[in-house]
Amino acid sequence: MNGESFLFTVFALATCLGAIAVVFSQTVVRMAFWLVISLGSTAALFFLANADFVGAAQLLIYVGGTLVLLVFGVMLTASGPYLKIATSPGEIVMGSCVGLLFLVVVYASLNGVDWREPSTAVTESGNPVVATGNTLRPIGLSFLGSRPDQDLTADGETLTPGYLLPFEIVSVHLLVVLIGAAYLARAKRRAVGSG
Amino acid sequence: MMFAAQSIAEFFQGFGGWQYVIAAVIHAVLLVHVFAVSPFAFIWLERKVSGRIQDRLGPTRVGGLFGWLQSLADGIKLVQKEDLCPSAADSMLFRSAPYIVCVSSFAAFMVLPFSHGWVAVAADCGLFIILAILSLEVFGIIMAGYSSGSKWSLFGGMREAAQMVSYEIPLAICALVPVIAAGSLNLGEVGGMQRGWFTNWFMFHDPFTFIAFFVYFVVATASCKRAPFDLAEAESELVGGFHTEYSGMRWSFFFMGEYASMFSVCGIASVLFIGGWNTGLAPIDDALYAARNASLDGTAGSAAVGYLANVIGAGVFAAKASFGVFVQVWLRWTLPRLRIDQVMTTCLKYLVPISCFLFLGATLWPLMLVTGMGRTTWTAPIGDRAAEGLQETREGTVEVSAIAVPRIDISLAVPTANNIESEGVVQ
Repeated sequence: MNGESFLFTVFALATCLGAIAVVFSQTVVRMAFWLVISLGSTAALFFLANADFVGAAQLLIYVGGTLVLLVFGVMLTASGPYLKIATSPGEIVMGSCVGLLFLVVVYASLNGVDWREPSTAVTESGNPVVATGNTLRPIGLSFLGSRPDQDLTADGETLTPGYLLPFEIVSVHLLVVLIGAAYLARAKRRAVGSG
Repeated sequence: MMFAAQSIAEFFQGFGGWQYVIAAVIHAVLLVHVFAVSPFAFIWLERKVSGRIQDRLGPTRVGGLFGWLQSLADGIKLVQKEDLCPSAADSMLFRSAPYIVCVSSFAAFMVLPFSHGWVAVAADCGLFIILAILSLEVFGIIMAGYSSGSKWSLFGGMREAAQMVSYEIPLAICALVPVIAAGSLNLGEVGGMQRGWFTNWFMFHDPFTFIAFFVYFVVATASCKRAPFDLAEAESELVGGFHTEYSGMRWSFFFMGEYASMFSVCGIASVLFIGGWNTGLAPIDDALYAARNASLDGTAGSAAVGYLANVIGAGVFAAKASFGVFVQVWLRWTLPRLRIDQVMTTCLKYLVPISCFLFLGATLWPLMLVTGMGRTTWTAPIGDRAAEGLQETREGTVEVSAIAVPRIDISLAVPTANNIESEGVVQ
């Protein structure tokens, strides 16, 4: 085992153990702490893969931004000290169902990828293309607005520009929800005469 | 010969895959010392400067002249104190919070270049990484405030977090103003571009970077939670802020973190705005640069001279950054503390719009100069200096990779029939 794989092992373990600790701890702020460990180690894995920018973005957005927001939310909304979350059995069942489904999806897509060294091939028109190892999926391309599974030039084919528009609408919807939540959570202001 | 190796990793080349681990450990030990010794000096400086400003003598006894061992005496006292954890506290979070603050402000030194090529991690987006790492500190402070089980701590932590999170915005925007001029986020390259007369410093690049330097300094002072922005530690209203319940070494970790991040934000200011390790006097800079370049020929004598040139560079850098810390100490004992609403108003209503304006101005400045003067800078063109800067950092680091973008040989990308067959992928 060389140094790099040693470091990879350390950070991969920290990522997984942190994630498990998030699930099993009861206090919200402790969960946030374990999430910092997990997300910070993920950033370290990005740095190990020489993806400096992605690693720094991970730190800035998730650890420095989202988690701080989360803890702020806990602080502002908690009615007593050390807010605890008791998970009901139903929630555990639902959570594990979603988790297992996600695991199946991840496993399937990992199996679908050709992990051998990518090599170059030439198309009929003479352009070199890099064989991607079967990492593209029609649904992923549809989110980008491209529909490789449909021939849009065929007669009678209606224009179906993929799922780009619904995807964008969902993100705008998130923004609307955020603004609405901020409006509802805002303390009612008394009218103060400003001199 | 030790000096002949271009980096520590190269020096340990015979150690299989472990050379990078050994190099990392050595870098970490070196940085830990910078990290530990600089607060040592700055705490003494703080005591001495505050004493002089208040017409006192400050420390005079410990260690003889000027009481320079005062920090050591403080340290020994703090180590001896009991490590308390209040019964109302969440002990795991309470105990780990100081480490988060300490580790994040320490990790920022990783990408900070001390001299030409003297940087633990020469990352291409170094500035981005350093800003990301510095933003982690706030989490430790929130945790400290929340887990102490005390209302003073909670209020202090909330104020501190609100302040640090909002001052991050103008800090990042102001740091981007010289980056627009430089066209690089690599701190080593940005420093290398400012070689020559001090007019080459990015502070004097255009009026916007000149103002941005002062705005950056104010914002950096605030984001280090230094007076006049030290609301969290407002003794008169909040006892001790988020560290009310801490004692002994855990308390001092917060202060080591604070002094270290003071040094690192001043170090960033020094690299981005005032020339980093360059002296600002063209003959001296050129001589040092020539000495470094001559050291690449591999002989022991010239390597030692190049090493010495780097030591001088690191000294210049440390002097500039330490002067910044001195000014922060000076401000602390001169200006009265702001109220919390004034702190937030200053940031959100004044500093953010000002920094946005500076950012916009800095992007438009080259265009204005082009229409007026037919060139993009009033000093030596950045393009020429960029080439030098690139050359400088590339030579200084281990892996001398050619500038990749324009040199992709298209013919290599089209394999011959033989190649395709041998690689076995024809689809």
